Amino acid sequence: MELVCPAGNATALRVAIESGADTIYTGLSDATNARHFPGLNFSPDQLAQSITEAHGHGVRVLLAVNTYAQPQGWDHWRSAVDQAAALGVDGIILADIGLLEYAARTYPDLPRHLSVQGSATSVEALRFYHEYFGIRRAVLPRVLSLAQVQQIAADAPVELEVFGFGSLCIMAEGRCLLSSYATGESPNTAGACSPAGHVRWDETADGTLSSRLNGVLIDRFAAGEKAGYPTLCKGRFTVADRTDHTLEAPTSLNTLDLLPELHRAGITAIKLEGRQRSPGYIRQVAAVWRQAIDRCLTAPDAYAPEPGEKARLSALSEGSQTTLGAYSRSWQ
Amino acid sequence: MTDTTKPRIAIGPCQYFWPRAHTLAFYERIGASAADSVYLGETVCAKRRELRPDDWIALGRELAAAGKEVVLSTLTLVEARSEMGMVRRMCLNGEFLVEANDMAAVQILREQGLPFTGGPFLNIYNSHALLALRDLGMRRWVMPLELDGATLRALLDAAGPQRPETEVFAHGRLPLAWSARCFTARHHDLPKDQCGLRCIDDPDGRPVNTREGERFLTINGIQTQSGRVHNLLPAWQKLAAAGADLLRLSPRIGETPDLADALARAMADDTTTTLTQDGDDCSGYWHGAAGMDRIPLP
Repeated sequence: MELVCPAGNATALRVAIESGADTIYTGLSDATNARHFPGLNFSPDQLAQSITEAHGHGVRVLLAVNTYAQPQGWDHWRSAVDQAAALGVDGIILADIGLLEYAARTYPDLPRHLSVQGSATSVEALRFYHEYFGIRRAVLPRVLSLAQVQQIAADAPVELEVFGFGSLCIMAEGRCLLSSYATGESPNTAGACSPAGHVRWDETADGTLSSRLNGVLIDRFAAGEKAGYPTLCKGRFTVADRTDHTLEAPTSLNTLDLLPELHRAGITAIKLEGRQRSPGYIRQVAAVWRQAIDRCLTAPDAYAPEPGEKARLSALSEGSQTTLGAYSRSWQ
Repeated sequence: MTDTTKPRIAIGPCQYFWPRAHTLAFYERIGASAADSVYLGETVCAKRRELRPDDWIALGRELAAAGKEVVLSTLTLVEARSEMGMVRRMCLNGEFLVEANDMAAVQILREQGLPFTGGPFLNIYNSHALLALRDLGMRRWVMPLELDGATLRALLDAAGPQRPETEVFAHGRLPLAWSARCFTARHHDLPKDQCGLRCIDDPDGRPVNTREGERFLTINGIQTQSGRVHNLLPAWQKLAAAGADLLRLSPRIGETPDLADALARAMADDTTTTLTQDGDDCSGYWHGAAGMDRIPLP
């Protein structure tokens, strides 16, 4: 089972190598990938150097070009695919049917992974992407229960990668327009959710802090209450007479407990979310997962996550809380 | 179809869970309305079974007899094998065109060599994707909800004349997101597996307000919708000029049949004066703005 780590810059990539990543996924510094944040990601030159460094350590590098190209951006998105091929990445992560078709036709030997943004949640959908675009691997959306993942894995025509840890999208990825409804920019179109440029914080005299996204009140915190980033699905809203986290509370996905089941199901790779995270975060999270995966592979029947590992991951999580997310029916 | 032809009126799949009698009464009115095409089927939650696939197909026969084009629409987020059975039943109905709302449905239809229409969540954002799916049998597509009019025009120009028919979501609450989690059940403190189908109490969804009392979103089972009603109807001539061959009205129980008639009258008279924006409507996506924005039309 392969450990797939994020890297938002060359330092993070080096840290991921040192911390035991088998594979590192990256993006270019523009809207062609789903973590298009200011100051993040790689120029082609930086990526070339990082690929050399990773390959020197026997670590693979993937490039995510996993947003959707619109007509005015097509040449730019296509050129990102061309760059991936020219730079010698070990695979390209795509979601757009147009780009998948282009990549399959132009670079048949460049391995294609279906991004989580491609929203393939069934064997039939995987067969579609495999038969028509020759994908080697698919990243499964974070909407499936463990039993559903196991069922899909039993018949999947491609390698499967699942999310192990990090920020939790509670909506089917690639099919969530909440961010563009509120701001005009979405993961599909702009590579960003609840983008920072639309965030505003207001503090009133009594210390109440309000977070807004393009003017919409996402949450309000009493003086001294810990305030989180206004990701709009994690805000507090009012439905009928109840005000609470209507969709989801701030929390992170953590599947350390499920490693043996995922391994036995034949999952090829565990992905850590967080190309926007700091090198320090990546060092800690990758180290925990490296050790956990190694223990699981050595003796899956004896595997149990160590309390210290879980505590370290919780401390790094949104709201200091973790969840099994959709893997557990009770969350759904 | 050329751009000067007036668009046809399509009634999209009902996103809500209505009691069977309400559903049948609604479609009786649609059958008597000016709508040209009617999409039938459960696209949100497989547990909603007031009408089962065979009931939708039977209803389709009645609407076809009333002169409507009938399209069967498939589940959007498919997770369990049992749900795939429902998708398969719709795809293999043997009578009606199918709207594929997930690539699984595209695959099933392709394996049978059947033509299909592509729903708004197939994520077709460029002409290359449009033509790739056309080559697999897609004869109509629904533009992604977040695309704007200028992008649609550019996309269709790039695709050329052999492109599939284009449908634009023109009225109704926008489906914005799909989740494994049922938000209606969560609101009622019920586990999803024992939800009691409480969404049947919300024929127009359940409002989600900000803590300032602003209507922001709507929860509808596993689906999250816009709080505002998306309304592009006063701009129907611009939609047609951008390449819309069909305009989709998303069912609202008391409103949609009359709206279809009003739209048909406006198109017959080549006017927009009878079509108005409500103060709570939104139209931002069409203009490349935030979807919730209210931008005056036409």
